[in-house]
Amino acid sequence: MRSVKRWASKNLIRIYAFLAFTYIFIPIIYTIAFSFNDGGKSNLTWKGFTLKNWANPCAAPEICTALGNSLKIGLTSTIFATILGTLIAFALGRYHFKGRSSTNLLIFLPMATPEIVLGASLLTMFIGLGVDTGFVTTIIAHIMFCISFVVVTVKARIASLDPRLEQAAMDLYANEWQTFRRVTLPLVAPGIAAAALLAFSLSFDDFIITNFTIGTEITFPKFVYTSAIRGVPAQANVIGAAMFFIALAIVIVGQVLASKRKSKLS
Amino acid sequence: MAFLHVQKTTNRLKGLKNNRSLIPYLLLAPGLIWLSIFFIFPILQLGATSTKTPAGEIGFFEQTYRFQNYIDAFLASKEQFYRSFLYATLATILALAIAYPLAYAIAFKSGRYKNILLVMVIAPFFTSFLLRTIAWKQILGEEGPVVSALRAVSIIGDTTSITATPFAVVTGLTYNFLPFMTLPLYASLERIDPRTMEAAGDLYANGLTTFRKVTLPLSMPGVVAGTLLTFIPAAGDYINAAILGDPKSKMLGNVIDAYYFRIVDYPTAAALSFMLMAAILILVTFYIRRAGTEELV
Repeated sequence: MRSVKRWASKNLIRIYAFLAFTYIFIPIIYTIAFSFNDGGKSNLTWKGFTLKNWANPCAAPEICTALGNSLKIGLTSTIFATILGTLIAFALGRYHFKGRSSTNLLIFLPMATPEIVLGASLLTMFIGLGVDTGFVTTIIAHIMFCISFVVVTVKARIASLDPRLEQAAMDLYANEWQTFRRVTLPLVAPGIAAAALLAFSLSFDDFIITNFTIGTEITFPKFVYTSAIRGVPAQANVIGAAMFFIALAIVIVGQVLASKRKSKLS
Repeated sequence: MAFLHVQKTTNRLKGLKNNRSLIPYLLLAPGLIWLSIFFIFPILQLGATSTKTPAGEIGFFEQTYRFQNYIDAFLASKEQFYRSFLYATLATILALAIAYPLAYAIAFKSGRYKNILLVMVIAPFFTSFLLRTIAWKQILGEEGPVVSALRAVSIIGDTTSITATPFAVVTGLTYNFLPFMTLPLYASLERIDPRTMEAAGDLYANGLTTFRKVTLPLSMPGVVAGTLLTFIPAAGDYINAAILGDPKSKMLGNVIDAYYFRIVDYPTAAALSFMLMAAILILVTFYIRRAGTEELV
């Protein structure tokens, strides 16, 4: 009786996990499926299978301008946020200094502030200073909210390093800089890469803050939001699905590289 | 000679030490300056704007230190305030209920599929937030499969809808912030030494007692971090309410957005933003006392 119960409880959690994953994947599968829908401009109901949306994803007006803008903003913000955030992560992960807890607080606060407050405060400042909103103000905002996420991700990686590896390098007469370049940095690199990916996806997907700082320019999320009223064209699903597969491929390649490295080391 | 050598070494050590005490500040400076200019300063500006009053033309305001703005703003939008916190609380509880067993299964029952399952947890991040929410709107919508199926078996009547209801808004919030709940839960569960649970079993604790006395307390940092990471964005969100809700399920974010862009009443929008942030910060402080910032970030 007890073993039956144990079996049931063991598998109950598997069934539960399966249902949870179904819930997670329903809208993703829906989005991908409707990128193949021959539904015209509104793409609300299933009208039949077609590849023409994939053949010409720029067919919907403005969609590729919006996509290009989002990529530009995303890449620029990622580069700056990754550099600034990684520097902070090294300071927090490798040094003891005065003002540590206030630094932690300053990193944590932007993550604890709702996006709408971040957006509203930035717009208030830009209006107050008479700055025209557009790409530059948006990139500034994106760098700001991505820094904290980069710090957290890279810091976690630094914290998981075995300090004996660096000590070993020093014992073998490497100076501080050599130790950093040859030992620490390569070991932290996967964390930095993960942080950059996170920063890019946060920036690329952001709508709330962007809507405050972008002025009259358009980004991909803004395009989706404004077209939602009359129905989102299937081309938006094509871009969403393509992003999904690209991100998936990057993550899988990363995982494979990491496991290869691991088996090489052991 | 030996003495000289020692002298040199200590100097060098001293130099290093001085150098080292400056390095962290140099590393911190660029990022923290950025955050000060583009996070702290705007928040202060927002505070300053919240007590201004209209001055002649639309979009122009002067500082009159009118704190009455806060009371006016709160009274005008207290329903949305209440709704924001209610929906965010419901979504957080639902997300916890969905994510905890999921994180548990991944941490302890997944074997070599662990990494694949973790990628599946963050899969929603790979598609656009807005596209996912619009997908829910269509799935739950009038012509969608769920409503048709429920109507076919007469569970709901022909006039009952799912979209444009608080239910749809909470579903959307729960869905969109689920990875923020699952990942910290997984991280804290994964850190638990399975031997502690075995030890509980050896001491005649049954499954439930082991969970209650060992696993759950050890996973509390993940619960605290996950609930915060879900609750904060959910309370400030207005996309789910805008896409999945109706005028009766509007949240505070919708109101702030409207005051900014449609009514062009910056002081009221600023006062509401400030109150939202203050309310959330009070909650966060409460949590930080329990878990500590270092552990959260």
